[in-house]
Order: sequence, then structure tokens, then C-alpha cells
Amino acid sequence: MAEAKVPAERPLSPHLTIYRPMLSMMMSIVHRITGAALYIGTLLLVWWLLAAVSGPGAYAAFQSAAASFIGRIVLFGYTWALIHHMLGGLRYLIWDTGRGFGAAEREWLLRANLVGSILLTIILWVVGGYLMGGLR
Amino acid sequence: MSARPSNMRTPLGRVRGYGSAKSGTDDFIRQRLTAIANIPLTIGAVLIVTSVIGRNHAAVAQILGSTPVAIVMVLFIISVFYHMRIGMQAIIEDYVHEERAKYALLILNTFFTIAAGFSAIYAILKLSFGV
Repeated sequence: MAEAKVPAERPLSPHLTIYRPMLSMMMSIVHRITGAALYIGTLLLVWWLLAAVSGPGAYAAFQSAAASFIGRIVLFGYTWALIHHMLGGLRYLIWDTGRGFGAAEREWLLRANLVGSILLTIILWVVGGYLMGGLR
Repeated sequence: MSARPSNMRTPLGRVRGYGSAKSGTDDFIRQRLTAIANIPLTIGAVLIVTSVIGRNHAAVAQILGSTPVAIVMVLFIISVFYHMRIGMQAIIEDYVHEERAKYALLILNTFFTIAAGFSAIYAILKLSFGV
């Protein structure tokens, strides 16, 4: 009984790989990823504004980059990330009030977040692209 | 979070009695305050961007510099950049546990959000004041 006790192999708290993927968990991860992507994406906003203030040449360079194939894909993804993060934020603000935690309400909120972000992104690009001229 | 405690007291026992740090909920509240502000401001900014994105430089510069548009854009940038600084700080604190790297990233986070945010505000104000 004299020997020092080796610390018991205690279980660590379960991590992502332990859990069955659930919509609430995936949407929480996506909320954080879209937030981080929007953070980086503010460089595009700053580029746009600085180009506008620098003059026609700098602005033309921004426009041709934005209207290129890759530029459109990036901006489309940026639009979706923005709308998804905003609707997700609304979901968290609702949850902050203590409402919407029932199983049915919770799943409805999560699906509305996902479907709403995709639909609103498409609507915004259709309206912006066809009715208001879009990227040129 | 040291792996080997230097004494027998629990972390809770060590801090009990000192009172709260007084500022623990600041970021929590400000993240939600800016989140609420971001909703109308983002809708406004998206409408502004969507309506000017196809126009030429002269039109964009003139519209961005007009008083109501410039005010919405500046408020949008203040609220969004404040919000995202808190958000990125939470991400860094969650995933970066090595002290030097963590503080380096936290400092960079503050520098980046202030530099990018003020660049954007400067551009709008310059367009607005026409100097």
C-alpha cells in the first residue's frame, strides 16, 4: 500500500467525434464559420470603399475583379454567409429570451434559418442582378 | 489552466471571496447589443450596395457620399466591426491555448478590426465631405 497512486485514467469530456451530428450542432458550427468568413470578407468591403475614394482607375480594377467568375462566386458566398449569420443571430436572440427551446420549435427555427438564408440569397441576387443591373 | 495544481485548493476555493471581476458580462452584452443594431444596419447596407454595385465610379462615389447613405454606412461599419472583434476574440480564446500565440492573436484581432474599420469610415467620410 506504500506506492504512490498513479492518477486514474479519467474519461475526458466527449468531443465532436463522440456525438451523432445534429442539426442544432451543425448550425452552431456553421454560424461560427460564417462569422469568421465574414470577418475576412470585410477586406472586400474596405477594398470597395477605398477604391471608390481613390478614383475611376482603382474603382475599375475592383469592378473587373468583382464581376469576374471567381469574384461572383466569392460575392455570392459572401452574401449567403451574411444572410445565414444574420438569421442565425436572430435565432440566438430568440433563444436568449428563453423561447423556442421545444423540440418542434427548435427544429423549425433551424430549418427556417437554413432554407431562409438560401432563398434570400437567391432572391437578392436575382433582384440585384436582373432588376437593378447587377455587377458590370 | 495548469495541469498540476500547486496546492490542494480547488480553483473555485481560491477565487471565492474576491468578488466578481465586474466586467465578465461586458462582451456578452455588447455582442448582443451590436447584433440587434446589425439587423437594420445590415439590411440598409445591403440595399445600398445592391443598388449601386452596377453603376460607374462617379455615381457610386456620389451616392456613397450622400448624407443618409454615408450615415447608414458609418453606423453599419462601427456596429459590425465591434461585433466581429468580440466574435473573433471568442474564437481565439476557444481554440488557441498557448499563451503567447493567444495574446498575439488577440492583439492582432484588435489591430485588424480598428485598422479595417477606420479605413472604411475614412473612405466614406472623404467621399461625403468631398475633399
